[in-house]
Amino acid sequence: MNDIKTNDFVIRFANVNGTGSASANALFTKAIFKMGVPVTPKNIFPSNIQGLPTWYEVRVSERGFLGRREGIDFMVSVNPQSMKKDIADVRPGGYFLYDSTKPLHADMIRDDINYIGIPLMQLSNSNYSDPRQRQLFKNIIYVGALAIFFDIEFKVLEELLAVQFKGKEKLIEPNIKALQLGIDYVREHFEHPLPLRVERRDLLGDAIMMSGNSACALGAIYGGATVAAWYPITPSTSVVDAFTKYAEKYRIDKETGKRNFAIVQAEDELAAIGMVIGANWNGARSFTATSGPGLSLMNEFLGLAYFSEIPTVLIDVQRTGPSTGMPTRTQQSDLLEAAYAAHGDTKHVLLFPASPRECFLMTAEAFDLAEKLQTPVIVMTDLDLGMNEHVSQPLKWDDNRKYNRGKVLGAAELDAIGRYGRYLDTDGDGIPYRTIPATHATKGAFVTRGSSRDEYAAYTEDSAAYVRNMERLTKKFETAREMVPAPKFFQDGKTSETGVIFFGTSTYAAKEAFQMLRDDGFAIDAMRPKAFPFGREFVDFVNDHEKIFVIEQNRDAQFRSLMLIELGLDPNKLVPVLNYDGMPITADFIYNQIKENLSGK
Amino acid sequence: MSYLRSKFRHPALPKNKLGYTVDYYEGSLSTLCAGCGHDSISAAIAQACFELNIEPHRVAKLSGIGCSSKTPAYFLNNSHGFNSVHGRMPSVATGANLANRDLIYLGVSGDGDSASIGMGQFVHVIRRNLNMVYIVMNNGCYGLTKGQDSATADIGSKNKSGQINLFESIDLASLAIELGATFVAQSFSGDKEQLIPLIKAGMSHPGFAFINVISPCVTFNNNVGSTKSYDYVRQHMEATSTFDFVPLAHEIRTQYEEGETQHLTMHDGTVIQLHKLAKDWNPLDRVSAVNAVGRARRDGEILTGLLYMIPECKELHALLNTTDRPLNSLTENELCPGADILESINESLR
Ligand SMILES: Cc1ncc(C[n+]2csc(CCOP(=O)(O)OP(=O)(O)O)c2C)c(N)n1
Ligand code: SF4
Ligand SMILES: [Mg+2]
Repeated sequence: MNDIKTNDFVIRFANVNGTGSASANALFTKAIFKMGVPVTPKNIFPSNIQGLPTWYEVRVSERGFLGRREGIDFMVSVNPQSMKKDIADVRPGGYFLYDSTKPLHADMIRDDINYIGIPLMQLSNSNYSDPRQRQLFKNIIYVGALAIFFDIEFKVLEELLAVQFKGKEKLIEPNIKALQLGIDYVREHFEHPLPLRVERRDLLGDAIMMSGNSACALGAIYGGATVAAWYPITPSTSVVDAFTKYAEKYRIDKETGKRNFAIVQAEDELAAIGMVIGANWNGARSFTATSGPGLSLMNEFLGLAYFSEIPTVLIDVQRTGPSTGMPTRTQQSDLLEAAYAAHGDTKHVLLFPASPRECFLMTAEAFDLAEKLQTPVIVMTDLDLGMNEHVSQPLKWDDNRKYNRGKVLGAAELDAIGRYGRYLDTDGDGIPYRTIPATHATKGAFVTRGSSRDEYAAYTEDSAAYVRNMERLTKKFETAREMVPAPKFFQDGKTSETGVIFFGTSTYAAKEAFQMLRDDGFAIDAMRPKAFPFGREFVDFVNDHEKIFVIEQNRDAQFRSLMLIELGLDPNKLVPVLNYDGMPITADFIYNQIKENLSGK
Repeated sequence: MSYLRSKFRHPALPKNKLGYTVDYYEGSLSTLCAGCGHDSISAAIAQACFELNIEPHRVAKLSGIGCSSKTPAYFLNNSHGFNSVHGRMPSVATGANLANRDLIYLGVSGDGDSASIGMGQFVHVIRRNLNMVYIVMNNGCYGLTKGQDSATADIGSKNKSGQINLFESIDLASLAIELGATFVAQSFSGDKEQLIPLIKAGMSHPGFAFINVISPCVTFNNNVGSTKSYDYVRQHMEATSTFDFVPLAHEIRTQYEEGETQHLTMHDGTVIQLHKLAKDWNPLDRVSAVNAVGRARRDGEILTGLLYMIPECKELHALLNTTDRPLNSLTENELCPGADILESINESLR
């Protein structure tokens, strides 16, 4: 480990939940981002408000690989509770920074790693008197120490503090002092910088750093959502929190000061989705955000929305199941439930964003899609994407873009046609025309109900009418195939008999693994689907390859099952690569599994 | 199935101010059992809308699941309706109302729909004071699933199959008052004279108006021993009051002795003239209303009329401070902050 590794390491912070470490750790990450170096942080936190261990892992990658990588080069340990495990997690030759206010116990000593003892608590106690400040500044002191170890520019930290405490300037000085305490201590006691370094680059261009949940919220703002109904659940809560924040800023009527939006914290997820369906039925764009347990509760209503053809937007920030599972760990394990949510023959449109920029675009797009198709659209993100900050291309919006409200008849159009039939397939694409309540005094009104009705929305329990309706809904789903975003391909045309499919947050690690395999001489083609149902390009890719690895973050290979169900493939063709331990998938994991399979061939 | 409705209309059928006759307010032919109380309530709703000169397409009618929840198809043919899922009408109505505050929202539910599966939503829609009329067609049983006891069946009452109900009943009207509903009334499907003015008053109320209507199920719960049967209700109904609903600028005729009569002026200037029958009861006083309902319940009586009301109240839009324009009428211009602002957001994230 004597080689200097510039802009290429993994550092993990072991903290205690609720001790103010989050903002100190974020300061560290943001400083690296500001130096133009690709960086990605991940929170690994307990379902608890105070007192349990929490980790924060930061990967710095000159080559821009922002998935997780195994092996921790540097551990910052400020939690005695988890110290034993934290020491074990450091890779040989790595570093272990600990609070040396109390000496380390002998059984904590490994002889293949480097120990860095800094009396964080003592430094903090002797410089600050308020107990709360002592706690908080202990964290800032280690950020100062890290800055000098890694050669992070002090000026950058100063600038970040100035932004963070804008309006509360008197807090800047004690923070700077804490940084300086860490710096001075390292200067006096250790060699520095370490062989792990951060060096200014210009690799990020105009990239931004934000969480997927904030991006989804902005997508809903830009996409014209006016009614949000929800029930709190980690990891989706911050979607609505962010929506509230942005709406209060950008959705206030200038003249009256009143709100061009309504947000309701419902009594449960059943009510939340019911409100969303009611609002959309009445012509307002509306959405909810939830996670697995909430999605389960919403099933019945999703069936109603499917059959009664009401646009509905739902953001599912996936986590491990069930309610008493590990709610703060990430997974992609709601796929089958979301795709076929509800009783009866139902299928739903799913979108798979892989970055904050896509969270923004796809959420905004979901409102158009839901209205064009008159059906639920579920944006499938996950805890990793939703709650962690990610480096992303900037958000983009075209001011000429108009909301596509789909096939809605106004009063004049109703007057111009003969008899109106809510469920008539006039255009042959399976999508009928809808009317919004109160459009016309005598035309276009009907009773919305599930399925016991004919093309004119008149009540009937006639089997033939039911079958006709189901066939039209099937046709509508066919239309959806080509309306949803197309997959992204990582090569021009076909270059190999072997393919790999990954989506959502697996993309970060998969891209790296894909490169590692190429470096080893394994040529594979890659595709990242962005939506369900699968369109023509997706099907072509699958048909063009003999063997396809399907990478996903769940135990049951749910995406692979979706492919088998929808495309009727030979199961042997699809090789599952599955990570389901609740931690974001790593490049090493993917690389090893695929390489083993390909080598054994 | 109800008998076929006669197509014949008297040529001189009275017209309302909009020039419509009452048949303009009717719906499709009912498929409920002949004599079902629910059909009488549907007729009362149509009549109330006719008398209030409401444009039917300005009404949105919503329901859950049950025989009662089928009725929106049987009145106001020119209104949009939504037959949603069992017990969840309140949430759908909430979303719909948030989308367009300018329409009249009429929710229809059953006792199974509201007092069992939908209890959670019933309670919370009251808390939010959603501006709507919420009618429970209360027959003390599950009509559509063939007569099981509902949570409003009285303890000790006998159902069609002769079984005695072992459990305490839920009294929806008292519950609504307890929860702070701003308008709570109770009536009987067979009492048009009382029901129609109550529905009209509920529609003029600027918040959540709850009307619990005893509505006998002739097929499953009209037997001796059922407290929701026609006979029982007729014998034990005790009105708190009779009243006239007087739209704005109408002359109030006083037929009753002063002292028994109370005028309630609504937010829009209309007046409810109450003729009190129960002496110890004051519709503006929650405690007195709760006591009166409780006493009647103890005595096996069904207290009907306008039980409780707060004439001036803040409904959900006022509480949320939403814009006066219907949210569903806003366009990109009001809703989308635009590319420049997005760029400034990007900048703040660099
Ligand atoms: C989720 C669900 N569970 C059960 C049912 C079956 N079901 C239909 S109507 C009904 C009871 C309706 O009773 P009530 O609301 O009192 O209406 P009524 O028929 O008496 O007017 C039930 C249990 C259903 N439709 N949905
Ligand atoms: S079963 Fe009862 S509630 Fe249902 S329609 Fe018949 S009488 Fe009415
Ligand atoms: Mg009932």
